[in-house]
Amino acid sequence: MQRLVTWFAGALAALILACAAHAQQPPLRIGFGMSLTGPLAGNGKAALIAMDIWKDDVNAKGGILGRKVEFVYYDDQTSPSTVPSIYSKLLDVDKVDLVVSGYGTNVIAPAMPIMMQRNMCFMGLFGLNVNSKFNYERYFQIMPSGPDPAIGWTQGYFDTAMGLNPKPKTIALVGADAEYPALALAGAREQVKKTGLQVVYDKTYPPNTVDYAPIVRAIQATNPDLVYVASYPPDSAGIIRAANEIGLKAQMFGGGMVGPQFASLKSQLGPLLNGIVNYESYAPDVASKFPSIEPFLEKYQERAKKEGVDPLGFYLPPFAYAMMQVLEQAIKATGGVDQQKLADYIHRSDFITYVGRVRFGKNGEWAHPRMLAVQYHGITGNELDQWRKPGHVTVLAPAEYRTGAVAVPFQDNRK
Amino acid sequence: MELSTALVLNAVIAGLLLGGFYAAVSVGVSISFGMLDVVNIAHPAFIILGSYIAYIANERLGVDPILASVLLSPLFFALGAVIYRVYYLCFERRGQESLRGLAFFFGILFITEVALVLVFGVDYRMVRAAYSDTTWRLGFLDFPLRLVVPFVVSVAMVLAVEAFLARTFFGRAVLAVAQDALALRLMGVNTLRVKEFAFALSIATAGVAGAILIVIQPVQPAMGREYIGLVFAVCVLGGLGSVRGALAGAFVLGLAESFTSTFAGPSWAPAVSFGLLLATLALRPAGLFGR
Repeated sequence: MQRLVTWFAGALAALILACAAHAQQPPLRIGFGMSLTGPLAGNGKAALIAMDIWKDDVNAKGGILGRKVEFVYYDDQTSPSTVPSIYSKLLDVDKVDLVVSGYGTNVIAPAMPIMMQRNMCFMGLFGLNVNSKFNYERYFQIMPSGPDPAIGWTQGYFDTAMGLNPKPKTIALVGADAEYPALALAGAREQVKKTGLQVVYDKTYPPNTVDYAPIVRAIQATNPDLVYVASYPPDSAGIIRAANEIGLKAQMFGGGMVGPQFASLKSQLGPLLNGIVNYESYAPDVASKFPSIEPFLEKYQERAKKEGVDPLGFYLPPFAYAMMQVLEQAIKATGGVDQQKLADYIHRSDFITYVGRVRFGKNGEWAHPRMLAVQYHGITGNELDQWRKPGHVTVLAPAEYRTGAVAVPFQDNRK
Repeated sequence: MELSTALVLNAVIAGLLLGGFYAAVSVGVSISFGMLDVVNIAHPAFIILGSYIAYIANERLGVDPILASVLLSPLFFALGAVIYRVYYLCFERRGQESLRGLAFFFGILFITEVALVLVFGVDYRMVRAAYSDTTWRLGFLDFPLRLVVPFVVSVAMVLAVEAFLARTFFGRAVLAVAQDALALRLMGVNTLRVKEFAFALSIATAGVAGAILIVIQPVQPAMGREYIGLVFAVCVLGGLGSVRGALAGAFVLGLAESFTSTFAGPSWAPAVSFGLLLATLALRPAGLFGR
């Protein structure tokens, strides 16, 4: 009996010590700015939901290295000018252990000088070619635009175009006066040099443009074979509507339009999207290639419905979750948050994520591009549910995900 | 860019249609800022509020967004009356309307934006009207109804406001307040009521302008800030306090933007528009129709 009491007391003491040790583990605090208001807030909130799902999943399993994960975040208002002060506060006042970026090139670029000054390992969420000027070795980026993002971003569109018979000869380039469209157009110009296309129109427009008809009409007057557009959601909607109203004629139209990936524009534009060649990061047509995405989307869509953000979540949320998975694996493998060790590990390792196997190149971009070039077709009416099933998106590139051939000319898809 | 008749005429049409939209968003500011000296910097926020009201009516009840905005304009009128009454009691009556009044309207701008974010979320919203995707073609001329219908409604609204101000007793009282409120008070007129009515009218026009905006393009809560510079530019170009001036200024800027976008490149459009504004002010400081 005495032995039993001794054993029980010992076990109880061990349990109390273990609990105390666990209770002493400080939370792992991850800081970031996120666009919760402003023009790109829809994407920012969708990304935040995905990151919250990751945090809940991790904490349900006991956290990382026994530490519960906490987020410290602020609204960057989709404004680059707010970003430096947000990250200074996160590092100096909130004393977070790690930082990740908010959504998009516009808010990642202004955070880079601070990250470099503090030698932080920095995960970026959908920044296009941000590291091309900084060459920061601790920067990583989860958008699958490939090792040369300027080229990789536009590769699918130009590969598809140059595969047409007869080959296109002329191209019109147009985009908004903003960070992302400028970088996307720079990539398109590189592709133009490589392919020998003749540029017949190359202009940008201010982001608060109301009517895009004069722009599309000016493009039509140059009679291009291809029209490459780099735009943000409201301009994408305006340009697509203007193309429809004017009856734009070209072999291919689209390219780098942000907006058609989101449920709001998918349902609102409906059949006007038919024939457009654009990019997507996921479509139900390739669900079998990414078995983890659909179960994740079920969780995401439940929360998104309550919060009134993108009810599909195809574009950004799986990648926001994957970004955190990369960080999680690196922290576990290196046993802590040493920034140099984290960066070294991320550079040399493969990561199994919801969006597939990820490996980063020297500049922190995906080692192999995998953004999907797609063409929309057969869309009738404005019902959102039609997008949940395969059949309205043909994946044109990369080759390993290809589900069909492009249908040209653009205007014939609209009949 | 090669000059062709089709391009030029279509640029004229696009400029006029765009000018119609600019007139709708500017006429309210012309009344409040130009006639009443109330620096209603929150006017674009009321426009966005109008967009969302039209969105609800369209999405949930299937009503045409512009028709809904016209039917609901008394609500906006009442809202404007309440806001002016608060502004008057808290600032104007105490002679603190200049800086504190400006802060008051900035506050309303942010509160409206945050309220819209909380209620509707941050996604872009758009409406579907029967005419949204229809374009009339007359030879080589295009008339997209998505812009033609807002143009017609906008011009009708501006002309109705102009007729009201010029031809009714109450309208003339508003013009009189704009010219000399003290003289009017000495004649026994309740200028508070006149100004309250005029301000409420300006907010009612914002409701209709909001519906016009969401017919033309998708809307999100913070979008109104993009139009602050534009609406004030239209009013200053046309002449502060002149409704027909706002209409003329809107057409001038619309045409300038359309021609620049078509023939020189759209990124030059703001520079040309504001250059035109500066040139007009240099030659005619009171604006096109200012006194």
